Amino acid sequence: MMDGMARVSDTTGKDARAMRRGRGTAYWQAAPFALLFLVFFIVPLVLTVAVSFWRFDDYVLSPDLNLDAYREVFEGCIDKLPSLCVTFATYLSTLRFALMAWAATLVLGFGIAYFLAFHVRSVPVQMALFLLCTVPFWTSNIIRMVAWVPLLGRNGLVNQGLQAVGLTTGPLDWLLYSQFSVVLAFVHLYTLFMMVPIFNSMARIDRSLIEAARDAGASGWQTLWNVVIPLCKPGIVIGSIFVLTIVMGDFVTVGIMGGQQIASIGKVIQVQMSYLQFPIAAANAVVLLGIVLLMIWALTRLVDIRREL
Amino acid sequence: MTETPFRSARPGRRDLLRATAGLALAGAATKLAAPAVHAQEPVTLRYLGTAVNQSAEIAAKAKQDLGITIEYIPVTTDDVIRRAVTQPNTFDLLDMEYFSVKRVLPSGNLQGIEARRIKLFDKITPVFTRGVTAGGKTLGEQGTAPKKVQFITGRGSKDLAPSPTEWMTLIPTTYNADTLGIRPDLIGRPIDSWAELLNPQFKGKASILNIPSIGIMDAAMVMEATGAYKYPDKGNMTRAEIDRTMAMLTEAKRAGQFRAFWSEFNESVNLMASGETVIQSMWSPAVTKVRSQGVQCIYQPLKEGYRAWATGFGMPRTLDGRKLDAAYEFINWFLSGWAGAFLNRQGYYSAVLETAQANMEPYEWAYWMEGKPAAQDIKAPDGSLLEKAGTVRDGGSYEDRMGRVACWNAVMDENTYLIRKWNEFIAS
Repeated sequence: MMDGMARVSDTTGKDARAMRRGRGTAYWQAAPFALLFLVFFIVPLVLTVAVSFWRFDDYVLSPDLNLDAYREVFEGCIDKLPSLCVTFATYLSTLRFALMAWAATLVLGFGIAYFLAFHVRSVPVQMALFLLCTVPFWTSNIIRMVAWVPLLGRNGLVNQGLQAVGLTTGPLDWLLYSQFSVVLAFVHLYTLFMMVPIFNSMARIDRSLIEAARDAGASGWQTLWNVVIPLCKPGIVIGSIFVLTIVMGDFVTVGIMGGQQIASIGKVIQVQMSYLQFPIAAANAVVLLGIVLLMIWALTRLVDIRREL
Repeated sequence: MTETPFRSARPGRRDLLRATAGLALAGAATKLAAPAVHAQEPVTLRYLGTAVNQSAEIAAKAKQDLGITIEYIPVTTDDVIRRAVTQPNTFDLLDMEYFSVKRVLPSGNLQGIEARRIKLFDKITPVFTRGVTAGGKTLGEQGTAPKKVQFITGRGSKDLAPSPTEWMTLIPTTYNADTLGIRPDLIGRPIDSWAELLNPQFKGKASILNIPSIGIMDAAMVMEATGAYKYPDKGNMTRAEIDRTMAMLTEAKRAGQFRAFWSEFNESVNLMASGETVIQSMWSPAVTKVRSQGVQCIYQPLKEGYRAWATGFGMPRTLDGRKLDAAYEFINWFLSGWAGAFLNRQGYYSAVLETAQANMEPYEWAYWMEGKPAAQDIKAPDGSLLEKAGTVRDGGSYEDRMGRVACWNAVMDENTYLIRKWNEFIAS
């Protein structure tokens, strides 16, 4: 921006007009998406926030500002301490899943991206392997989820395999409908979202930097820690934002893989919605949004994405 | 069965005269308007409901018989209600559960269905109008029994009428009696009580529905079966009763009694067929589906009785003109037998039994409705084999099953409280 201003002042009026016209074109080019964003994102969001403060009785939403919905959301949260109220317990559980999924996808995503970026030389092979990583998305969510039962179920392949080789004597129940299976499904689905931005960052690392590190006597691990990882930070942060925000709002995966026995904030909102308790659901959504925005803010504090990009 | 209270008590001679005059007028109007009507485009009815009731076969047959195009909008039970309350102009015909009436009616989005325009009104099973079976057995009334929400006081009324009137909320489509499904091969002993659902013997192998209003009813059946508490009305608990019931469920959940909760038809089939669960609340066609995969499964009748449900057609407030006429025409056709037979062959029950019987083979009727051993192989409407010859329907005849209904799916007055407690239960 500053550069632009400086240049405008040096150049002739004709150029400045062209510049302004160019900027007008840019606005037009951005307009369709901005409009889409406004109508399908900003407006619903504003409505959600508004509804969370409304009164709702006998099927009539009345714009009568009050905090009842928030009071209902945090019912008993203060007086019950130190034992957790439903809302706190649910957020804690959702946060725990988010952190577990984040850690697992980060390690896996980084590893795969590293392999693809530094060990696979030919672009066609890279592309082929990339496509392979999208395999989990080739079927619908529901089919994918149902398919876990014959694999991890009590009489599933894994249990039969373990018993056949004599590692276990009876079926392991914790393979399915447990925290383990929820995290497994998250990792299976979302590693790609972590991997792609990291790969993107790695692909842009100047290879001569790595050679320079080696020439300067750095070991493999030292190069990784002091050269590759710092340069991958933007990718890691972007991937983390993807994974954390998706997992925080998820209720389908937690529901199906947790056997509907594990609470998630998304599920709470869904149940409230389906019973027409719109203000409470909206209040919950606003709280969730606030927490997710805080997480993103904290992440962007770690790395200035705009500068790095 | 011969006379419903509505017919015997309500319309006198004057009503009849009025109705006749109205009919004559309508007839004259139709005659006059006929050429214009024929020139118009065929009617399309947007039919909002759950996928379970929306068969392509019924739509095709309606198109063939009436020329009316049925456009299905399949959504979940909860979304049916949400849409009926928030967007009544996005559909022309509503197929929803009777318990939803209490939630949709206050929104003012339902219009009363005129009983006199329903040709077979007299033949609708008294389960809906009087709460008894055709054979005279009285059904349980706990919960939202259909007769409690069947009539309203006027076309645009939001008030339920305690006794039959000329205005109906819903015209019944299907109904049934639900119980527990079990895997006899994995249990190996007789099961005869709801209490078995929480028997520690089935630790980690039981399941219930993750639909709060229905799940708590199953829990209440268990509570009563164990003798721990007897509810004045399982379908409308007080806060203390909700607390007590949820405490029992929470304790069972913490002890690891449940393998999973299910919320969708196919999930229940998968849980049972894969052996993840051996005892769970279930729907009749789901049991049939498990059996059709070659897995033993019984829809176990229990001594405490069944939890029943019913669905029916409702009309949105905004429906009028030709679409309104078409909706009446479609409903009348629906009750006239073909659709009823189609539903009965899936294990549901139809609203008008006589016309359905006329459209079924005698052996089919004997198997599905009379509880007799199948004289020959029982086929699904699509022709696939459901049961081999000689099989007897679980629970027996219509009278045996519907006559032992203990309670109905319901919406409680303390619904908001229940939802909070249910979320607490899931988080525990």
